[in-house]
Amino acid sequence: MNTTLTGTGGLVRLVLRRDRVLLPIWVLAFGLLPVSFAGATAQVYPTPEQLRQYHDSIVANPALRGTIGEVFGSNLGALTAWRSGTLMMFMAIVSLLTVIRHTRAEEDAGRRDLVGSAVVGRHAHLAAALAVTFAADLAVGLLIAATMAGYGTAGALAYGLVFAVTGWFFAAVGALAAQLTEGAGAARGIAMSVVGVAFVLRAAGDSSGSGGDIGWLSWLSPLGVAQRIRPYAGERWGLALALVLVSATLIAAAAALASRRDVGAGVLPARLGPATASPRLGSPLGLAWRLHRGSLLAWTFGLAAIGVVIGGASRDIEGFAQSPQVQQYLARLGGADVLRDAYLAASLGLLAIAAAGFAVQAALRMRAEETALRAEPVLATAVSRPAWLTSHLVFALLGPAAALAALGLTMGLASTEAGDDPAARVAATMSGAIAHLPAVWVLAGVAVAVFGLLPGASNALAWGAFAVCAFLTFVGQILDLDQRLLDLAPFTHVPRLPGSEFTATPLLWLAGAAAVLIAAGLAGFRRRDLG
Amino acid sequence: MTTAIEVRGLVKTFGRTRALDGLDLTVNTGEVHGFLGPNGSGKTTTIRILLGLLRAGAGSASLLGGDPWSDATRLHRRLAYVPGDVTLWPNLSGGEVIDLLGRLRGGLDPRRRADLLERFELDPRKKGRAYSKGNRQKVALVAALASDVELLLLDEPTSGLDPLMEDVFRRCIEDERRRGRTVLLSSHVLAEVEALCDRVSIIRAGRRVETGSLAQLRHLTRTSINAELAGPPNGLTGAPGVHDLDVQGNRVRFEVDAAHLDDVLRLLSSSGVRALVSQPPTLEELFLRHYHDEKPDREELEPAR
Repeated sequence: MNTTLTGTGGLVRLVLRRDRVLLPIWVLAFGLLPVSFAGATAQVYPTPEQLRQYHDSIVANPALRGTIGEVFGSNLGALTAWRSGTLMMFMAIVSLLTVIRHTRAEEDAGRRDLVGSAVVGRHAHLAAALAVTFAADLAVGLLIAATMAGYGTAGALAYGLVFAVTGWFFAAVGALAAQLTEGAGAARGIAMSVVGVAFVLRAAGDSSGSGGDIGWLSWLSPLGVAQRIRPYAGERWGLALALVLVSATLIAAAAALASRRDVGAGVLPARLGPATASPRLGSPLGLAWRLHRGSLLAWTFGLAAIGVVIGGASRDIEGFAQSPQVQQYLARLGGADVLRDAYLAASLGLLAIAAAGFAVQAALRMRAEETALRAEPVLATAVSRPAWLTSHLVFALLGPAAALAALGLTMGLASTEAGDDPAARVAATMSGAIAHLPAVWVLAGVAVAVFGLLPGASNALAWGAFAVCAFLTFVGQILDLDQRLLDLAPFTHVPRLPGSEFTATPLLWLAGAAAVLIAAGLAGFRRRDLG
Repeated sequence: MTTAIEVRGLVKTFGRTRALDGLDLTVNTGEVHGFLGPNGSGKTTTIRILLGLLRAGAGSASLLGGDPWSDATRLHRRLAYVPGDVTLWPNLSGGEVIDLLGRLRGGLDPRRRADLLERFELDPRKKGRAYSKGNRQKVALVAALASDVELLLLDEPTSGLDPLMEDVFRRCIEDERRRGRTVLLSSHVLAEVEALCDRVSIIRAGRRVETGSLAQLRHLTRTSINAELAGPPNGLTGAPGVHDLDVQGNRVRFEVDAAHLDDVLRLLSSSGVRALVSQPPTLEELFLRHYHDEKPDREELEPAR
């Protein structure tokens, strides 16, 4: 009898208990956003003719195809499915993080040993984490299918399937990554880079177009394949099956690795460290550097790489300006350069939110250090609380600055065309990227403030504030929300550079707000109990 | 004699829980002071207040002549701390953590560091996540003991150490005593406390219930007596200091407080003693007596001496 799965049922209940707040939130968010996209699109483009024009403008725009994906039909359902291309990527990330959180992160924390000593089979942890994630992904798919059924049943089913199989595939990637490394952080890094590679492959392939030289790249990306299930545009059910089969193979590989390795160990070997500390590791800042440098380098190189892709895609934008219709439209806007700049500015707006995620993550590192009892031995030395907080704050404030500067640099260089002055291009995109910094700092400030004042809720509140701002910025305009609501997000106030007037006033206000939040957090942290 | 730690009427509440309820604690400079109490009695809370990690609700605490909350950074240069639950940074090696904590404290003695690594048989090149609980404990111990400080605050420092390493630890603490350093040692290992400590404080439910030298505490314990008398015992029932009296004909079995031993022996000999077995008091008994008393109202019957 196979006993490797014994105890899975109990562990499923444990996972559900631990994620009882998080899980319903993301299932509802992913499940209900598509239908709200559909409603918003129907409001803006009420007639089939207008939808067709919308469709044509996407087809004609390689940069838009690159960031969001290929569009397969001009009906409302197909356009909604296209619009949620970015959402799919978040679905992938949430799914893999959930699996790693309940597998490798548990081993890392040593809790796996305790639970594993009970009547629990070798594969029960992996099975339980995957079962819950798969069920949640399925729930998202069913919600989408149910809410979108009004636009066509088959299309709605395919649409739901796109999200479910995307979640399943990346849950399987998370399961495999969790077997490879010793630490949960490294496992997350590996799995997230798979998402990154999948995005870049799809973006490159889709911006070149199915007829283009490198259009086939999209077929190498699970995200690209999932989009090619083509909801509302001649569904290809076989592709969903193919993704399910690949996911099953990944899970089989993860299970095979899991039965070969020791609990707590990774397949990739752990190396020994130095016997003595280098002279730099002798101050709070030296320690903070060791704790933050991995994510700092990953974010900086990651955003720099995305800058190359987007900057390169922006040059193609003018390629589609051949049709007289588009040229007329461009002339009205002020020339093709305007379109390129507008595209770059919009991309910077989205990537700045990612950089804000980095800032929040770096600031919340303090809370992680505190709850892991690693802040205590440091604060029991001659390090004052302000000095300790400042050492982390440096990375929460200047880390995103470095990442955004790298993004602006590569974006500017890659968007340079013959006849452009590279220095001017870089200056334009660099200032566009850096202009977002005060808004990023506001979110870092929120994280510091809740860490100092409401430590118990700091993760929920800081990520909640981030989610609200990201939602307002990403989706707020699509849903045509009230401007007063949009004004709550700091990113709303950032001048859209390059391509529009630079105004310092809102940036100074944002920086001031960030400073006040940080000061409040510091004051709270100096007064409160640790732990 | 100067005091290194002086705590008076310390109160700390977490929500509705009263973790410390008017705690007193005095640790003299240069002594190894045992700090005993059952789980959840407030030992760690006390140490964390002394470190300025928690803020006291009421009462006063003074550490090395300063205020543990407002002078925290200045005082921390003169002390080293070993937490009961040592967690290390997963990507830092043990050697790096030892050096880091030593430098943050204001320097550590490289020769002592090397000597301690050898005595504790610790490989400093392993990464934090690769250490067992005992080895993590050793990292924190080496970091603390290699620092040049006046005061050591050790919160159950031997949990997770094997008996051989416990022995190494004891010898290290003996060295510290010879160097004239003050040690506050929270512990559950009675043998360790008996071997190391000059004085002991026992706390329960956030209050000190006993304090004194080991000799004084032994004095507080009860001797158990098993005697065969010539006739029926007289006057034993209800005699002061006699506990758990069990009379079977001429045989008596009871426990007696050390302070009343003399009187009780006189009562026994008045009946004529045929045989007598007395068992010496053990500290363990005293500890268990305090540990077992769950209800706070019993506390009033046994005020702190």
